[in-house]
Amino acid sequence: MTEKIPLYKDLLKGLWRENPVLFQVLGMCPTLAVTTKAVFGLSMGMATSFVLISSSIIVSIFRCLIPNQVRIATYTVIIATFVTIADLFLKASFPDISRSLGPYVPLIVVNCIILGRAEAFASKNNPARALFDAVGMGVGFTLSLILLGTIRELLGYGSIFGYEILKNGFEPWVIMILPPGAFITLGLMVGLFNMINKKSSKKKVC
Amino acid sequence: MDDQDRFEIASSPHASSGRSNRAIMCFVILALMPNAIVSIYFFKWMALRLYAACCLGSVAAETIGCLIRRKKVTAGDGSAVVTGLLLAMVLPPSLPIWCALLGSIVAILLSKEIFGGLGQNIFNPALVGRAFLMASFPALLTSWTKPITLEAVTRATPLALSKFEAIRTPMADLFIGNISGSLGETSALAIIIGGLFLLIKRAADWRIPAGFIGVVILFGGLLNLANPSSFPGVDFQLFAGGLMLGAFFMATDPVTSPITKKGRWIFGLGCGTLVVIIRAWGGLPEGVMYSILLMNAITPLINRYTRPRRFGFKIG
Repeated sequence: MTEKIPLYKDLLKGLWRENPVLFQVLGMCPTLAVTTKAVFGLSMGMATSFVLISSSIIVSIFRCLIPNQVRIATYTVIIATFVTIADLFLKASFPDISRSLGPYVPLIVVNCIILGRAEAFASKNNPARALFDAVGMGVGFTLSLILLGTIRELLGYGSIFGYEILKNGFEPWVIMILPPGAFITLGLMVGLFNMINKKSSKKKVC
Repeated sequence: MDDQDRFEIASSPHASSGRSNRAIMCFVILALMPNAIVSIYFFKWMALRLYAACCLGSVAAETIGCLIRRKKVTAGDGSAVVTGLLLAMVLPPSLPIWCALLGSIVAILLSKEIFGGLGQNIFNPALVGRAFLMASFPALLTSWTKPITLEAVTRATPLALSKFEAIRTPMADLFIGNISGSLGETSALAIIIGGLFLLIKRAADWRIPAGFIGVVILFGGLLNLANPSSFPGVDFQLFAGGLMLGAFFMATDPVTSPITKKGRWIFGLGCGTLVVIIRAWGGLPEGVMYSILLMNAITPLINRYTRPRRFGFKIG
């Protein structure tokens, strides 16, 4: 093996440098569809993080036992198990949120981030590193979704997490809670992300 | 030529008209003046403040956009003023100032600066601004004002009256502009004067308005012949709504329309066909904005398929 990478680096890369939404641009379907309110972004992010962390650990533990030819099918079965747990948990404990998220909770099964981390990271590394990687990616995903949901909720409803912020005379921007609002906001976020990264990488060179 | 000894290699176009962006934009602004004056006459201070807000907002947004991109500030070439004027002309007169400002910021920053500034945008900035406002504030964008008396009316424009309540507005009012509607969709006469000025000065290509209006006359006329009770006559189709403004000023935007002659015909025909379809069967009373935006989207494709044949090469 080459030099050892400290665990915290596995954790931190998912937060900013390899952020699943802003850098890898993965998992766009839930990102764009459910972020009409910040609380939906939070719950979607939590559900996805739970599935991501659990399945990454399981995949990593059994990485030597899973036959290479059927690995994708095996990952999918593992992921689907945890998605079912998350889906049933949401239905039982937060029925309103579960209803609002609709089919997007079961659709976590086909979320590229989870399958991507299982294939690219968990199946090649030990459970400890897989855990840190999954936590980083999950938190990065959740934070991006909350940010997107907050911006859209603030402009589209005038509130954040249900608390009214803009009250008197504020005309809600209906477009922000429609699909175009999601695309515009996400596009601007990715653009800003790239701008900041470019600036900081220039500084390092100088 | 004084520098014949220099061997220059450059990509096309090789022939220059010798006119700067600024000169062309000045022609467009001049051509918009008749309509601006007529709409200020009909809507008084309401029109004036909208023009002021949109122009100031556009120029400010352009300046900010150029500064953020660290490019030379191009706000002085007049294209931002043209966008501002055109945006004001597709908005209802009673719109609040902040809404107009937001529209011009979206028009310049979101549809022009983000794509790389003047000449790089895919969609007509003024129409993107209106589409954004239309999707954001549908109630504000469909509350109209009666001309001269400036009383707010809940019953909408002549097109909406015709479509939903089968009331036809007198042709003289439509032509001169004594109707409720956006600043630029009221007076067909003023728009035609400005549009002809543009065509004579060759600041816009005649093929696009010709194709646009021609197909509306043909297609609209056929529909009217087939079923006069549900489809209005050709004169109504032509002079009601934003058709004239769209055909002469929006569709001819040199950045977002095709560059080939054949492509311009296709572009005009496509816009006209879409307008008639949306007006006849769509859910909205007016379709000029969406038809032009849709054709903007396929402009690169039109350009690609109408490329002139290179000398010595086979077709296709």
